[in-house]
Amino acid sequence: MDLRYTAAEEQFRTELRAWLAETLPTLPEKPDTGDWAGRRAYDTGFQRLLFDAGYAGVDWPKEGGGRGSSPVEQLVYVEELERAHAPYVGVNFVGLLHAGPTIVAEGTPEQRARYLPPILRGDDVWCQGFSEPDAGSDLAALRTSAVRDGDDYIVNGSKIWTSHAEVADFCELLVRTGPAETKHKGISWLIMDMDAPGIEIRPLRTIAGATEFAELFFHDVRVPVANRVGQENDGWRVTMVTLSFERGTAFVGELLQSMELLHSLREVDDADGSPNADRIGHLGAELDALWALTRRNVSEAARTGVPGIGGSVFKLAFSELRQRIGELGMDLIGRGGLSWDELDGPAWSRSAGGPGNAELVDTWVNSFSRTIAAGTSQIQRNIVAERILGLPKG
Amino acid sequence: MDLEHSLDQDALAGVVRAIVAGRFSMERIRRREGTPLVVDPDDWAALGEAGVFSLTVAEDEGGVGLGMADAAVVFEELGRGLVPGPLVASHLAAGLTDSPLFAGAADGTTVVGAVTRPRMSDTGARVPLIVEHLASLDAMIVVGHDGLLSVLSTDDLEAEPIAHPLDPLTPLSVLTSLPEGDPVGDRDTAIRFTQGTHILTGALCAGMAAATCSMAVDYAKERQQFGRPIGSFQAVKHLCADMLVRAEVARAAVDVAAVTADQPDTGDTVRAAAGAALLAAEAAIANAKTSIQVHGGMGFTWEVPVHLYLMRARVLASSLGPLGALARTVAARY
Repeated sequence: MDLRYTAAEEQFRTELRAWLAETLPTLPEKPDTGDWAGRRAYDTGFQRLLFDAGYAGVDWPKEGGGRGSSPVEQLVYVEELERAHAPYVGVNFVGLLHAGPTIVAEGTPEQRARYLPPILRGDDVWCQGFSEPDAGSDLAALRTSAVRDGDDYIVNGSKIWTSHAEVADFCELLVRTGPAETKHKGISWLIMDMDAPGIEIRPLRTIAGATEFAELFFHDVRVPVANRVGQENDGWRVTMVTLSFERGTAFVGELLQSMELLHSLREVDDADGSPNADRIGHLGAELDALWALTRRNVSEAARTGVPGIGGSVFKLAFSELRQRIGELGMDLIGRGGLSWDELDGPAWSRSAGGPGNAELVDTWVNSFSRTIAAGTSQIQRNIVAERILGLPKG
Repeated sequence: MDLEHSLDQDALAGVVRAIVAGRFSMERIRRREGTPLVVDPDDWAALGEAGVFSLTVAEDEGGVGLGMADAAVVFEELGRGLVPGPLVASHLAAGLTDSPLFAGAADGTTVVGAVTRPRMSDTGARVPLIVEHLASLDAMIVVGHDGLLSVLSTDDLEAEPIAHPLDPLTPLSVLTSLPEGDPVGDRDTAIRFTQGTHILTGALCAGMAAATCSMAVDYAKERQQFGRPIGSFQAVKHLCADMLVRAEVARAAVDVAAVTADQPDTGDTVRAAAGAALLAAEAAIANAKTSIQVHGGMGFTWEVPVHLYLMRARVLASSLGPLGALARTVAARY
C-alpha cells in the first residue's frame, strides 16, 4: 500500500493546477439554475476550454479521442477540478460519462466518428432516456417500443427523469424491440436526435422547486436503424457497460465538496462554542474513510482495467452520509434554514464568511435525491448482498 | 498511489492466517474461557517468531523493519481470528527498545500490557483501574495524565481479579494501587504510542467486523425458513449489506491511517488514526450485534461464538477511551 503518486502523476497534477489557476478567472459569471440556455452555454464553454487544453475525455481511451489516462490520473483530474472550484460537468454529464464511453466501447467506426468528437469539444449535449414511469428500479420492464419500418425504427412511449432535455441535441434511448415478456433480452440502445418530429418535453418540478429534469413523450418518432448501438435486443448488455462507468468516480467531486462543507460547518459550530464537535468529528471520520475507500477502488480499477463492484459499497455509504451532513447544516442554522433565499445573520451567513443558509438548504433538500438516483439505496443493498456477498436472489 | 495489498502483504496475511488456524482455532481458544491465563506462552512465542511484535522494529534493532501498513494487515487477521491477549501493547512495547523490561517483547517471550492512569471522576469517586490479562503479564506500559509513558514490572502489583469478565477470553483485574514506574521516551514517543494504539486496535476491530459479517452471511445462506434460505429475504439481505459496508469502510480507514503513519507527508496521521479507530470500533460492535440478530435464537446461545466478538469489541473500544473524544480529535483537525 502506498499513498504517494508517481513523478508522472505529480507532473500531470502540477500542469493541470497551473492551467486551472490561469483559466478559471477568465470564465463568465455562472448562470441561474433556471436559465437552461445560459447553463448550456456556460458548461459547454468550459468543456471547449478543456478540449483545447487537451483535458477533454481524460478517462476516455485514445481511440475514442480521449486522453487515455490511467484511473489514478482520472482521480487526480477530478480532485484538482474540485479543489479549484472549477465548473461541474453539468449538461455534459450524459455525453462524457454515459453515451460517449458506451459508443467508444460498442459503437461502429461511423458512429464513433460522427458522435464522439462533438461531445469532447462541447458542441453536442446529450440526455438520457432510460427510466420510464413504470420502469424505475425495474429498468428491464421498460415499454417504450421501437418497431422497424424500412431503414427506421418508429418509437412510441415515454421516458422520465431526463435531465437537461430542453437543451440536449441527442438522447441515449433504451427501447423495446422484442416482445414485452423478453424483459432484458428484448431491449435495444438507440441514438435519438432531439430535433426529430414527435418528441414532446414536459418539465418536472423537483422538491427543490427547480425544473432539473423532464418527462419525454414520443409519438411515432423516426430513428434510423443506423443509430442503433450494439445488436438489436442486446441493449441491456450495452447498458450495463454504461452504468459501470457511472459507479466509478462520478461521486468523487461531491465527496471532496462535502469535506470542504464540513470544514465550514465546523467553523460555524466553533463560533458557538463547538457544541456539535462529536457529531462533526464523526461525519469527518466517515468522509475521510470514504475518500480512503475511493482511492482503494481506484487502485483496484488500475489493476483490473474496469471499475469494480466496490463502487456500490461507496455509493450506498456516501449517499446516506451526504444526507446526514445536510441534516447537520440545517440543525446548525436553526430558523435560518426556513428560507430558500440568502439571509444576513451570524457565522453561517455568506456575509459573515459562512456557507450561507441558501446553500445549506439546497444541500439538505437535494441530498434526498442521492439515495434514489443512479440506483436506490434499497437496490444498492440488493446488489451488494447478491453480487459481493453471494446471497441468493429473492 | 495504490491502496490494495501488495503481494508481500498478501503473503504476510497468509502466514498469520495459518498460525491463527493452527494455534488459535475457535475450538482451541475457547478451552481457556473464564480462566485467568488465557495467553499460552508457547502460542505467544509463536506469534513472536512470526514477527507479529517485531514487525515495525528497525532491522538494525533486531526487528523485521516493516511499516504500520504491514502491521495493520497482520492485526486485521488477528482480529478476524479473535486471537486473545495484549497484542497491541506487546507490539508497541517491542518498539520501546530503550526499556530493559521489554527485552523479550519482540520475540514474544515477554508479555506486555498497557493501562491508562485513571482520573478522579467529577464527584471525586475513584474510577476502578482495570487491567487485562494481568496474570500473563511480565511488564506494563502506563499512559500518564500528561500523556507521557512509564513502564513497570508487574511482579509486585496488588490486584483483585474480576470473577466474571465481560469477555471470557479477556481476564480482568482491578489494581488497588499503581506505582509511578520508570519514564520511557519523550512526547513524540507518547504521540506515536497513541497513534499506534488507534491504528492497531482499529485493525483488530476491522478484522472482527469482517468476521462477524462473514459468519452472518454463511448462516443466512444455510438457514432455511419458509422453504428458502433466509438470506434470500431482503430484510436479512439488507442487514448483511450494511455489515459489509461498515466493515469495508472501517478497513479502508485503518489501512489509510497506517500508510499515513508510514508516509507522514501524505496526510494528518493523528486525524486519520483517531477517525479509523472510531469507525472500526463502532463497526466491530455494530456488526457483532447485527450478526447475533441474523443468527436468530442461535445467536443468543453461548455455543455460537458471535457473542465473543461483541464482548471483545467492547473491551477494545473501552481501551480507546471515550469514542466521543476520538470524534472531537477529528473535528478539531478538520
